[in-house]
Amino acid sequence: MTQAIDGAIDGLSVTRAGPLALLQDAGRFGVRRLGVTQGGPVDLHGWAWANHLAGNAWGTPALEVTFGGLELVAERDLVLAVAGADLSATLDGEPLAGWRSLSVKAGQRLAFGAPVNGLRAYLAVAGGFAAQPVLGSVACVVREGLGGHDGQGHRLAAGDCLQVTPRRACATREAPGEAPFDYRRPAELALLPGAQISEFSGASLFLAFNAPWRVDDRADRMGVRLTGPRLDCRMASMISEGIGLGAVQVPPDGQPIALLNDRQTIGGYPRLGALTPLACSRLAQCLPGQEVWLKAVSTDRALEAYRRFRAGFAR
Amino acid sequence: MSGRFPQGLPRLEPAGLDGWMVRLFDVIDEANMPWLTALVRECETAFGDHLVDLVPSYTTLLVVFDPLRLSPGEARRWLVDLLQRLQPDEEAADAPVQELPVWYDASVGPELSRLAELAGMSLEEVVACHTEHSYRVFALGFAPGFAFMGSVDARLEAPRLETPRRRVPAGSVAVAGRQTAAYPAVTPGGWNLVGRTPAVLFDRDREGFSLLQVGDRVRFVPIDRAEFARLGGDTRPMEEDR
Repeated sequence: MTQAIDGAIDGLSVTRAGPLALLQDAGRFGVRRLGVTQGGPVDLHGWAWANHLAGNAWGTPALEVTFGGLELVAERDLVLAVAGADLSATLDGEPLAGWRSLSVKAGQRLAFGAPVNGLRAYLAVAGGFAAQPVLGSVACVVREGLGGHDGQGHRLAAGDCLQVTPRRACATREAPGEAPFDYRRPAELALLPGAQISEFSGASLFLAFNAPWRVDDRADRMGVRLTGPRLDCRMASMISEGIGLGAVQVPPDGQPIALLNDRQTIGGYPRLGALTPLACSRLAQCLPGQEVWLKAVSTDRALEAYRRFRAGFAR
Repeated sequence: MSGRFPQGLPRLEPAGLDGWMVRLFDVIDEANMPWLTALVRECETAFGDHLVDLVPSYTTLLVVFDPLRLSPGEARRWLVDLLQRLQPDEEAADAPVQELPVWYDASVGPELSRLAELAGMSLEEVVACHTEHSYRVFALGFAPGFAFMGSVDARLEAPRLETPRRRVPAGSVAVAGRQTAAYPAVTPGGWNLVGRTPAVLFDRDREGFSLLQVGDRVRFVPIDRAEFARLGGDTRPMEEDR
């Protein structure tokens, strides 16, 4: 059962759940040593923008809507923002503009249809969704039964009512022109080379960074499998060790898997390296069959890009 | 540091924008753990609120820091400095042994007989062999509170099941290779089940959340069905779903 949260009131009720809608804050940190995964938005970029446009601080819980299909009814007047993928969102049947904040009246119906551009949309409400943190976070991890709107790691279901912490309307915010972009184009994924890179054959290393990869349909919040040339590694497996966000592991079948927010905390396959946080975000918007390219970057470049991205958002 | 670690170790390996992998050893050994727990403590002190997560595991420690406040280069310097004066955790070396009660029975441990067959032992001998050693927690992973412990007596070494079960009951005590573990919650799993513990291994409302932590010493203590039930254990037999 949902526990009462101080100052929180009914905000949006779910009339149709769609395949996968989850409440996510920035992630669950400090407990990975207990085998508890990170969780949080797989497209950090889209999630951060949705919160920013709604006037929320970094870390405020927002909804991650995968594939669309979600339908909500406003229980009261709200200010909200949708960023990330274009999932054919509508408000009372009219197309809803993404990447800007907008006011919604009580009783209005917000619906997500099918993916047009990207895979995951983020919905933030001004003031933020409210839920009881579990192990310090409301990040929803279904496999672990932790977090989310009910604390039990459940995806949204028809009949759920989402709590919000209301805040007086803020000035309308709009993303600058460059923020919404075309997720359908082949993605260039920045990768920081890792310690086992020298264990791969020269030909495999060449192919890893010079051949197109396809996003497989075995892709979820744990990881995304890429199909393409077979990568040969002298190491078959290793003693299990901690795995960071974006680690690109290569099991004996030679097909890499980029590990995302719900990955297991330890693992024993050799790795090409790690995608940068922004490359993880980009990959999370790719549909199965889409083409992606791996591109090695230096730590300095990656750090600069990440710090520039974060500097735009309130902490 | 020569002599304390294998040649070429410890080593710092890049692990993304916000992490370093500290590699201390190259083989699994219970004697690694006092070094790893000491390193965990030293990192907590040195990094303070710049620290995001620590993942100790068998031979390594993954250090995850806040890349907005610390560059990988700065983090590396802190780690190099800290490794130079690292001493093993003396307390951990003779930490008190935690006892985990286990009801060893074919109804909840369907692979007891498989282990007996592989080892050429009776069921009683398998139980005696599994309970006479204390084990060290090498890592937590796979699921919250799932502790990889070792090392199991070589005679009980058994490969994982060819087809993992879709649902292993919570509390199931299991062996795979030379490791042993208890499943904190219902999950899929391919380990050999030998019994069940009534202990609650992961509790979101308990201080520290996980009953077992990396570096802990653990001994399994055999109990009978009545005691298992009295301690709140679920006596329902395994339902096979494979």
